[in-house]
Amino acid sequence: MSTTTNTKYLIIGNSAGGIGAAEAIREVDGVGKITIISDEPYPAYSRPLISEYLAQPCPLEKMLYRKPDFYKANGIQSVPGEKAVAINPAEHTVKLESGGFIKWRKLLLATGGTPIVPTMEGIDLKGVFTFNRLDDAKAIDTFLNEYRSNVKAVVIGGGLIGVSVTEALVKWGVEVTIVEMKDYVLNTILDEEAAALEADALEQASVGIITGRTVAKINSQTAGEVGSVTLDDGRTLPADMVIIAIGVKPRLDLVAGTKIKTNRGIVVDRTMAASLPDIYVCGDAAEAYDFVMGENRPTPVWPNAYEGGCAAGLNMAGKKTEYTGGTSMNALKYFGLNIVSAGLVNPPDDGYKTIVNRHNGTYRKVILKKGKLAGFAFAGDIEKSGIIYNLMKDGVNVDSFKQQLVADDFGLASLPESAWRSKLAKPSASAVPITTAEPKEEAVIGD
Amino acid sequence: MKKVYVNENVCMGCRLCEVYCLLKHAHTKDLIKAYKKESPRALPRVRVDESGIVSLSVRCEHCVDAPCVKACLTGALSRDPVTGLVTVDEERCIGCGTCALVCPLGVPKLDKAQKKMVKCDLCQDEEIPVCVANCPNEALVYMEEKPDTNPVVNYVNNN
Ligand SMILES: Cc1cc2nc3c(=O)[nH]c(=O)nc-3n(C[C@H](O)[C@H](O)[C@H](O)COP(=O)(O)OP(=O)(O)OC[C@H]3O[C@@H](n4cnc5c(N)ncnc54)[C@H](O)[C@@H]3O)c2cc1C
Repeated sequence: MSTTTNTKYLIIGNSAGGIGAAEAIREVDGVGKITIISDEPYPAYSRPLISEYLAQPCPLEKMLYRKPDFYKANGIQSVPGEKAVAINPAEHTVKLESGGFIKWRKLLLATGGTPIVPTMEGIDLKGVFTFNRLDDAKAIDTFLNEYRSNVKAVVIGGGLIGVSVTEALVKWGVEVTIVEMKDYVLNTILDEEAAALEADALEQASVGIITGRTVAKINSQTAGEVGSVTLDDGRTLPADMVIIAIGVKPRLDLVAGTKIKTNRGIVVDRTMAASLPDIYVCGDAAEAYDFVMGENRPTPVWPNAYEGGCAAGLNMAGKKTEYTGGTSMNALKYFGLNIVSAGLVNPPDDGYKTIVNRHNGTYRKVILKKGKLAGFAFAGDIEKSGIIYNLMKDGVNVDSFKQQLVADDFGLASLPESAWRSKLAKPSASAVPITTAEPKEEAVIGD
Repeated sequence: MKKVYVNENVCMGCRLCEVYCLLKHAHTKDLIKAYKKESPRALPRVRVDESGIVSLSVRCEHCVDAPCVKACLTGALSRDPVTGLVTVDEERCIGCGTCALVCPLGVPKLDKAQKKMVKCDLCQDEEIPVCVANCPNEALVYMEEKPDTNPVVNYVNNN
């Protein structure tokens, strides 16, 4: 008979969402047993850093999301390298690949996303990679170390992950061509103009970009190995390696065959609870609340996974909490260009107003609907974008100062007094001034 | 926990807070050299926002809910449960700017040369932060507040 262990909280997925939940549970429940399992054999690491790993390479210790003693210090039982293969919601058990069962009182699915891999000829050849986990970066690293020089790579998909792997490959001296099916790179997170700035940065780094096309098949010259790709217009590009980066979808394998409701992702309510009792979901696996769209949809970014995890954890531990919601939001710094965007990147119909300010390589664009922010993109200078993000999140009517939002000298003082006052903290009644007896030191001026 | 508060009624936007903060983070202790000789020039962690007669000296407020800490992709940002201080571990920061995107005050600064974010640490090695100490109008006040509790963030920082 296989063994069954008991835990109060079982978290599947040891990443942004899982850690957010564990930390929140410990806020409310200092002792209840928390077990985190993950099929990746590592402590929680920062997934976005896999490109740094490949580029540098940056050691695992530098990629850790929390200090090495995190699990011990918080009384968390971590089981790395263990895969959950089935959930039994009625029995409150999870079956492990290694054979045993875990019986839980509250379950969190923080299982993340899985790369979309198209079925095409040549997809199984040596030299075809995805780029979603540390082991992918390690595999590419090994491949490049074994390989001859003058490596050519084709990256299929010009989204965040495609650009991210491209930056690392360029640092290796690999000649990269990005093949993007839509009209421009980064089209899900940027508008065309901000994306053009990134495309310039890519081209300056000698990265080739082909848009409006996709790869139809991968060919081999040497048996079993990538030799070239054929595009859907018949063109052939030489390639020693191919990276599949066309997107990530919520990972649903574990809930398939259960009655847990799914749509594009696993369906959750505002407390991050799934459709069956005692089961919660967060992060890339979930379809959680988007405060810009006012509805649930996948918003697969790190901060949302962590925040959604916190909300789930609090609810699991009995503290009823609403997830305030996230939205599509990204901060990029690829090839030395800082870009941020959040919410809508392009107005979907003419009920929206767009205001743009562009010059000297900086770009600021806001999208408004009925006087409220519905999205923005900033490139070049992103430093005060957080003020805009919070005006959007708080649903502040910005109509009376909308032109200011994109001004070069935009700042807190650009907001109406009531708005900036609400942002700046005020001392409490019990605050005690700290003074020093020492006279001020004069600055040294040109000695 | 300690906090800097702004009495904006008496702030004239002289920007000495920026000047002294920059000097504090320069290699030299000479103001002229800090501005004219050091390259890249040190970054002040405080900024003055102005509009008409309003000027506001803005820096990290070490928020209790610390949205920057929650959003940080690498775990480089943390908030100390005892002092309430939000700090960045420069070893682990990659300068992605996610903190800047979620900060309600827009205070994280990107040091482009170092590819790091820099922020106010309330001048840990000074009795009083230099911006406060050098404000000619006492528009900046440094105060001790009762410790707050937000264990979610505290747990982040315990570890
Ligand atoms: C290259 C790259 C760059 C990125 N850059 C950014 C960025 O700049 N900014 C940003 O906000 N986001 C970025 N992201 C996205 C971000 O990493 C994700 O949104 C985030 O990791 C989601 O966290 P999560 O906890 O939901 O799931 P994940 O991080 O995907 O973790 C889920 C974990 O669960 C494990 N798991 C799944 N099923 C099982 C099972 N049955 N049994 C055991 N374990 C299981 C998985 O192996 C995985 O370890 C990037 C992603 C990649 C790949």
